[in-house]
Amino acid sequence: MDNLTRRRFLTMSGVTAAGALAVGATQVNWSDLMTAAVENPLQSEDSVLVVVTLYGGNDGLNTVVPAGDPAYQKARPELAYQPDEVLELGDGLGLNPGLKGLKGLWDEKALAIVRGVGYPQPDRSHFRSMAIWQTAAPKSPVPTGWLGRWLDLAGADPLNAVSVEPTLPPLLAGATTAAASLPVRGLKLPSGKVGTAFAALGNPSPGEAPWQAAAAKSLGDLQNALRVLGGAVHDQAEREDDEDEQRTKGASAGGGSQLGAQLDLVAGLVEAGVPTRAYSVSLGGFDTHADERGTQQRLMSELDGALTPFVRRMRKSDRGRQVVVLVYSEFGRRVHANGSDGTDHGTAGPLFVLGEQVRGGFFGAQPSLTDLASGDLVATTDFRDVYGTVLRDVLGADGERILDGHSGTVDGLLRV
Amino acid sequence: MGEISEQAAVRRLQERLGFGGKAGAPAAGFDQVVARVFSAAADPGATPPPALTAPGVMQKGDKEAKKAANRLRAEQESRVSAWWLDRMVVSEKATERLAWFWHGHFATSNQKVRSAPLMLAQNQVFRARARGDFGELARAMIVDAAMIRWLDGDDNRLGSPNENLAREFLELFTLGIGHYQEVDVFEGARALTGWTVRRTSVRPVFVPKRYDAEPKTVFGKTGDFDAKGFADLALAEPECAAFVVGRLWFRLVSPAPPGAATLRRLLDAYGNQRDIESVLKAIIAEPAFRDSASALVKQPVEWAVGVMRALGIRPGTLDDKTRLKVLAGLRGMGQVPLRPPSVGGWPAGGSWLTTSAAVARLQLAQLLARQAAESGPRAGRPELGQLAKSSARVDGVRMLLGVDAWTDRTRNALAGLTDPAQLVAVAACAPEYVVSS
Repeated sequence: MDNLTRRRFLTMSGVTAAGALAVGATQVNWSDLMTAAVENPLQSEDSVLVVVTLYGGNDGLNTVVPAGDPAYQKARPELAYQPDEVLELGDGLGLNPGLKGLKGLWDEKALAIVRGVGYPQPDRSHFRSMAIWQTAAPKSPVPTGWLGRWLDLAGADPLNAVSVEPTLPPLLAGATTAAASLPVRGLKLPSGKVGTAFAALGNPSPGEAPWQAAAAKSLGDLQNALRVLGGAVHDQAEREDDEDEQRTKGASAGGGSQLGAQLDLVAGLVEAGVPTRAYSVSLGGFDTHADERGTQQRLMSELDGALTPFVRRMRKSDRGRQVVVLVYSEFGRRVHANGSDGTDHGTAGPLFVLGEQVRGGFFGAQPSLTDLASGDLVATTDFRDVYGTVLRDVLGADGERILDGHSGTVDGLLRV
Repeated sequence: MGEISEQAAVRRLQERLGFGGKAGAPAAGFDQVVARVFSAAADPGATPPPALTAPGVMQKGDKEAKKAANRLRAEQESRVSAWWLDRMVVSEKATERLAWFWHGHFATSNQKVRSAPLMLAQNQVFRARARGDFGELARAMIVDAAMIRWLDGDDNRLGSPNENLAREFLELFTLGIGHYQEVDVFEGARALTGWTVRRTSVRPVFVPKRYDAEPKTVFGKTGDFDAKGFADLALAEPECAAFVVGRLWFRLVSPAPPGAATLRRLLDAYGNQRDIESVLKAIIAEPAFRDSASALVKQPVEWAVGVMRALGIRPGTLDDKTRLKVLAGLRGMGQVPLRPPSVGGWPAGGSWLTTSAAVARLQLAQLLARQAAESGPRAGRPELGQLAKSSARVDGVRMLLGVDAWTDRTRNALAGLTDPAQLVAVAACAPEYVVSS
């Protein structure tokens, strides 16, 4: 990929997204697939992957906290949590106090923490690093996401993966297939003449130029989505514009909010037996350059408040017990605090894997706080090892083919 | 693909350097429209920005006062947004289209800035410098109060660097990834120290004792650079011009980058003056500008403003409730002025063609069409009732919206509609209108 194309990809993938990557090339036949969805509900032996993207670079050291380590206390005196503030995990580590529900899941062995996850020669741009995580291509940019390539291989069925965000994240764009996108808010179309006419705009028109064809196809997709999912939509009241100051601090790197509503919708879809095998949801606000502690702890509470009930709810049904949740961010933060009681862009961080099929506990080595690379943590686990594991054990796919020959895995992460 | 017709070229020019055709506007040739969009005269009918009162000083812990302040802030933001939309609807100049472009380029969100006066002040800079010297605009943005607050610039001071603003300035505003080193970000952050934003003013202040006056090394050059010095260093990097020109091309012409020869011509036009207007004139003179392959998906704001122009709706004259519904409709489609999703700006292309956006688009189209149909005839507003009477109403609505041609698919879809408001609403959602072909 030449420089200009690469730059174009990066700009287009500008964190919140680009179905644009695939649209034009993608010829998705939703109609057939939706019919299949009704006729072929999710089988109880089919596992489901839910990917939670935390936009903005979550501070890993204040998530899984080495509170007793003097090097940690020294590096960020104002930001550091004291050992008695964190939720004790063992190994000298504790969870951020905002993650009380996750601590319960940890105690029940339903939470695995993979430590020190990153990639070589880390990039500190939100956009580039997020593109690397989403495309699983750390060396040179590629135009497809890792789950997009899985979609390509798994039968080019866009219903195989669903984004519950307003726009499609690059991770769900394949070379020939892009995932479906569903709104968190109500899907409702007028009935009568307007509804009929609007639906008819979704018919393909022979010889139509690519963007116009894509626009028509999105309308056709909507009709099909409504047919299958009509009853499962989640109506969420608009959040009033009175967010408190803490809410908005780390917002400049994008990402969704309403994680709870997104996961609620996912839960409904799984329980309804929609044959989707991978879902994407997100939470933004982690770009905590200033006054980090309060902001991040609030975000941790929001994550906790959305994830914990989701995992607990999923444990109650056969289909739900097949759900595995993966939580990641594009990078961690620097070990040392900056002068604004925040942290600047860093490198490796912990990654969470949750669910009934997960073997709880620690995986991967905790990065050293004293042996740093220009002030940054050195990654101990390649993120593609985690992807390879979930591709193999959750989606039943050949990770090597999807991850450009990368064959590493995290052994024992899942009960299979 | 092929060259579009002269009439389609005029339409494209109006959509790319403006916000589309206007109700009741006489047909004009390409050169006439060029002269109009580049005219230096002010837009007739453009209203001055709303006067905003500064927020009062609050006692900590006063919940009622906090609520009132939140209400005021939300109300001010929606007033500024509606005023800007109104300005887009009335505008005949490239200036307004570019102000919108620069807002996406130097993307700053009131989600974190939390001050409509600061956002408005930034907006006025976009307008004033829209089509002049890019260097002047970039130098203004690096010390813009809203920008400083958005990217933690006021937390960046001597001895405690905060890299956010310096990094995004290089990555997203001037050079692009791969054209700077980590050390440039770090040293650049030091150069940007000293600036802070006070609650009482929309202008940032420079506090010398917060400024790191020691020498810095940026792009291999050493000196006691300040904010302007840092901006100048970035602007002087050889990749800066192609980056800026490429961004204009991406949003105004096509997601496919310009060819090498085209790029050379555009860079010549940009020149040492970093002349945006001159680049725009060069862009519309390029054969690629008339290539049918150079299609773009309209961003939601562009689409909605286009519909309002065609229907003669002035957002500034809408009652509060309707105005808020328009903004809510845009939010449903994923794009509200003053609220880009991240410092990377808004996505493009297929990202707007999602199921959720389609539902929101139809709802907003219905709202606007009803508004136009119900509020009756007035100057500059088409008489929608005529559509009901005409047997050629499918073509009538096509001309109303300025669409070159309907496909048979759309023609058939619209054939069943006789109610003018319904006809207009569905037609505005047709792929032929959603895409700027």
